[in-house]
Amino acid sequence: MAATRELQSDIETATIAFSVNGHSAGVSCSPSQRLSRVLREELGLTGTKVGCDAGDCGACTVLLDGEPVCACLVAVGQAEGSEITTVEGLQQSSSGSRLQQSFLTHGAAQCGACTPGMLLAAMALLNRKPTPSESEVMGALGGVLCRCTGYRKIIAAVMDATSAETAEVPAPAGNAVGQRLVRLDGKKKVQGSEIFGADETPAGALAVRVIRCPYHRARFHLGDLDAFVRNLPGIHSVLTAKDVPGKDCYGVIARFADQTVFAHREARYRGEAVAAVVGDAATVEALDPAALPITWEELPAMKEIDAALAPTAPRIHADREENVLVRGRVVRGEVDRALADADFTAEGEYETGFVEHVCIEPEAGFARRIGDQIEIQACTQSPHMDRSDIATILGIPPEHVRIIPTAVGGGFGAKLDLSVQPFLALAAWHLSKPVRMVYSRTESIISTTKRHPARMRLRAGCTREGKLLALDFAADFNTGAYSSWGPTVAARVPVHASGPYYVPHYRALTRAVHTNLVPAGAFRGFGVPQAAIAQEQLYDDLADNAGIDRLEFRILNALDDDTPTVTGQVIGEGVGIRACFEALLPKWHAARKQSAEFNSKMSGPLRRGVGIAGMWYGCGNTSLSNPSTVRIGLKRDGRIALHQGAVDIGQGSNTIVTQICADALGAPIDRFDLISGDTALTPDCGKTSASRQTLVTGKAAHMAGVELRNSILALARGRTCASIRFDEDRVSIEDKDEIRTLALGEMPLDNHGYVITAEATFDPPTQPLDENGQGTPYAVFGFGAHMAEIEVDTELGTIRVLKVTAAHDVGRAINPTLIEGQIEGGVAQGLGMALMEEFVPGKGENLHDYLIPTIGDIPPVESILIEDPSPIGPFGAKGIGEQAVIPTAPAILNALHDAVGIRLRKIPATPDRVRAAILTLEKGKQRA
Amino acid sequence: MYLRPKTLDEAVVHLKVPGIQVLSGGTDFYPALGERIVHKPVLDISGLRELRGISRDANYTRIGGLTTWTDVIRAPLPRCFDALKSAAREVGSVQIQNRGTVAGNLCNASPAADGVPPLLALDAEVELASATESRRIPLREFIVGNRKTQRRPDELLTAVWIPRALDDARSTFLKLGARRYLVISISMVAVVILTNGGKVTAARIAVGSCSAVARRLTALEQDLVGAPIRDGLGDRVTREHLTPLSPIDDVRATADYRRDASLTLIRRALDASVESA
Repeated sequence: MAATRELQSDIETATIAFSVNGHSAGVSCSPSQRLSRVLREELGLTGTKVGCDAGDCGACTVLLDGEPVCACLVAVGQAEGSEITTVEGLQQSSSGSRLQQSFLTHGAAQCGACTPGMLLAAMALLNRKPTPSESEVMGALGGVLCRCTGYRKIIAAVMDATSAETAEVPAPAGNAVGQRLVRLDGKKKVQGSEIFGADETPAGALAVRVIRCPYHRARFHLGDLDAFVRNLPGIHSVLTAKDVPGKDCYGVIARFADQTVFAHREARYRGEAVAAVVGDAATVEALDPAALPITWEELPAMKEIDAALAPTAPRIHADREENVLVRGRVVRGEVDRALADADFTAEGEYETGFVEHVCIEPEAGFARRIGDQIEIQACTQSPHMDRSDIATILGIPPEHVRIIPTAVGGGFGAKLDLSVQPFLALAAWHLSKPVRMVYSRTESIISTTKRHPARMRLRAGCTREGKLLALDFAADFNTGAYSSWGPTVAARVPVHASGPYYVPHYRALTRAVHTNLVPAGAFRGFGVPQAAIAQEQLYDDLADNAGIDRLEFRILNALDDDTPTVTGQVIGEGVGIRACFEALLPKWHAARKQSAEFNSKMSGPLRRGVGIAGMWYGCGNTSLSNPSTVRIGLKRDGRIALHQGAVDIGQGSNTIVTQICADALGAPIDRFDLISGDTALTPDCGKTSASRQTLVTGKAAHMAGVELRNSILALARGRTCASIRFDEDRVSIEDKDEIRTLALGEMPLDNHGYVITAEATFDPPTQPLDENGQGTPYAVFGFGAHMAEIEVDTELGTIRVLKVTAAHDVGRAINPTLIEGQIEGGVAQGLGMALMEEFVPGKGENLHDYLIPTIGDIPPVESILIEDPSPIGPFGAKGIGEQAVIPTAPAILNALHDAVGIRLRKIPATPDRVRAAILTLEKGKQRA
Repeated sequence: MYLRPKTLDEAVVHLKVPGIQVLSGGTDFYPALGERIVHKPVLDISGLRELRGISRDANYTRIGGLTTWTDVIRAPLPRCFDALKSAAREVGSVQIQNRGTVAGNLCNASPAADGVPPLLALDAEVELASATESRRIPLREFIVGNRKTQRRPDELLTAVWIPRALDDARSTFLKLGARRYLVISISMVAVVILTNGGKVTAARIAVGSCSAVARRLTALEQDLVGAPIRDGLGDRVTREHLTPLSPIDDVRATADYRRDASLTLIRRALDASVESA
């Protein structure tokens, strides 16, 4: 009680007056509150995003008297009398609106969470310097992190802002595919009006705050929580495991579901939820979690794979022997014999660490109960999966759960799993009041999934001529305390660990191993980026041993339409990997020559190197059904409602799916009204993962578009070759000189409320894998290869990536700007993974210890788009989301070896590891 | 409680409030809150205009405590401040430089504070004011440990004084981090060198992020006196010169690496000083 009174007496308010976007504003609040919070929560200016509350990400950048500042670090009292500019005020000036337009035309905004901060930081620069240089742009924007774009399009947008043309090129009907259309949801992102998870608060919403385990493993005892609630006015409830009315067991893969909303007696990882406090926002915000009557007993924790695999190790889940969640296996031919017969072999061992997604938007949302139904609005990549898990947890039918996905401020796999949703659902359900929660950056880092740390051992052999004979690959993945997507990683990696090559004899064995660490889950590539780091470095060694040029070696072994993959699948058409490598060949030779010349001239510590790596990646779920259903409706006003449930996490599915649908139907893009993935409005398009939305939802949209076109033609008795015109209140079917018109205003509406509705479902055709992993796991694969040119400071061990050239077979480039955006963003994440990113649970749970690349770390990226059409994909298109990240890290690591002759067993290649390896190599040379 | 006085006289009186925390640029204050909101009394000194700005008298350059890093970058300053300006450009980001102050950087006393090595190398003194007195002590005595200083709870750091005898010195600052911007350094080095007749007459070398408090390498400073200003100056640095450093292993780098990289950075900073002749 004493603590409560003191706390309340401390909350004093003052009236603070300042000007925002040219309008005077006054707030009455505590002057020590962060300006970011006041802008968002008091003034409703939610365009200013909060990404870290520590000045580490710059998302909340605003102009204070013309200078960029992090609004999270400014006391609102300090803004007294000042002029503040937020993203909402940018369009008031012509330079501001030109900058916004330049961001749109360049595709500089993807998810949009960093966009307001980027725009304001850029505006401050442009106000001083209307035509800045590239390095000036980097300096000015160095304090704003972006996780989607790879920054290059942002740099171009700022440099072009002053001269930007404002006119958009409208695509004529039937001609949208292949166009560099500005993303359809772009305007909201550059104007700050996009609604993300934290951007709406229902009136009277209570706040929810989760209490998490501070130890890697601990038993805990809950004290008298009722007394705690009684004694702390403003707190309405503390929820714990006993408050889960339904089945307290969820997980993204039903067969492996093992997570409870709150831990029961024992928490298995640091960050696991044990309780949730619900109360009025001010009280919950001021709460010291240590005030809760919870006693902890720290228990010995297993953090390493080996500890968990030890015969004496206690089981983290009673039914999982040896702490192995799942094993993966693909075996073909006779790998041992083939390795014994090989003229050349190479072997290696590689380790990678946890990688954090760092979505600039931390998880957030709200929920409300409406009678016996629950409604959750939150950022998510998988609304329908959320719906079924929440229904299970609450013990209600799925139809009683409505999931309204907001815009997603970066996903990359992190937002496939539940985060805020179960807490919101329980609180709203029990209290019958709207509730809201927003994760802090630390909470997001400690509790949401990570990329799996991998420990890989592999050996490969080839003939004298360099033909690959065999690969023997074994990998263990640290899957953390709960299953999440561990089974997917263990299954996907053996299918992909050969790389995009013909390998007749093959054995890939994987295990996902439980430890007392944060669950590892989905992160762009489901383990394949880790496997590629090992395999692509190994193939370099093998090529070297065989005395064959590293790229020629890859071309020699590249899969083609008719060679079987390691699962025995003959893809048949659309295997564009050789074309990708061949596109790089002249650039490879030129870069190698340039780098050799540099090294021969350079007497100082700098050495350059060039590296290459290939990639393949299956689109959609591995041998599992993953359908998408798209519904489109012709409205009486001649517009077309497109219900497409593919959540756009910044990658552009809102735009891509519409482009595909528009051309299938033959209608111009601007006739379409997009309906989001709200589960009450839109059929299931599955999750945004596995690079499946362009292929699967795109194909369903294509089919639905064709169906609507056919329905219109049938209704007008037009021939299939007729063209359709969509006008205000009618459609006209034109065939030569004949025009038939459907007057839409007079036509009856169907049960969806449309004149005509078309709905189509597509599920990519796959076959199950047998006990040796043989079968057809994917209908469509994407292919690619990256070349990295780097410079190593051998004395400091630092690496500067000078350029990445990325060739990708995308089947058909539906929107080249968006594809380049995926590639450049993938390169940035791959670069981060190669050089700096490693999360150590318990350490560095913030964005100044966990580093991702800044604008100054990303080199120019040249994208080469190869279009070898898939017979299945819409207009031949394949996925690109995950494909883009896979080859970058191995290409950089191969370049590192090329430059200085070292192979790091453990990545990332941080300066200390690189320098240590160089010193070891030098010592070895001295001894020799 | 939130107090935002307009004068230093008022401000130092408020320091008597028990547990009161000083806020100015907020760049360390807010991150230190973690997930909590402000729950202690706050003395916001950002309104003390008299503490912001740079002035000079015959013997000293005086940097007001509330001078921001952007102010430092934009101010016309003698050559010896080149290192401080370089460091200022490396403090966080432009957003942080616009708010963060020189006094805050020193009082926060992080082992990785970017401003400390250049100011140590400039023989800076800090001015501390309380309601009863104003005192000056050398910066090297002021910071006593990781996040520990000699500032008493009733004092504010009001200014930093740098002797003008160093005005013409060459100065260089090098920071090493694992990425380009917004990075906490693995090691950083500031070098200030006075020359006469093509020879070093005095050298001041400070290394940060390699001990709880940034350190001056006095043995090296002495060994450099008399050295000719030409190529190879950096070669005079030996591993023994780094003895005062006591780096640790952390998420950023190993201790061994820090020592090794610091040696390289010092050599390069010295070589850069030759080039800047």
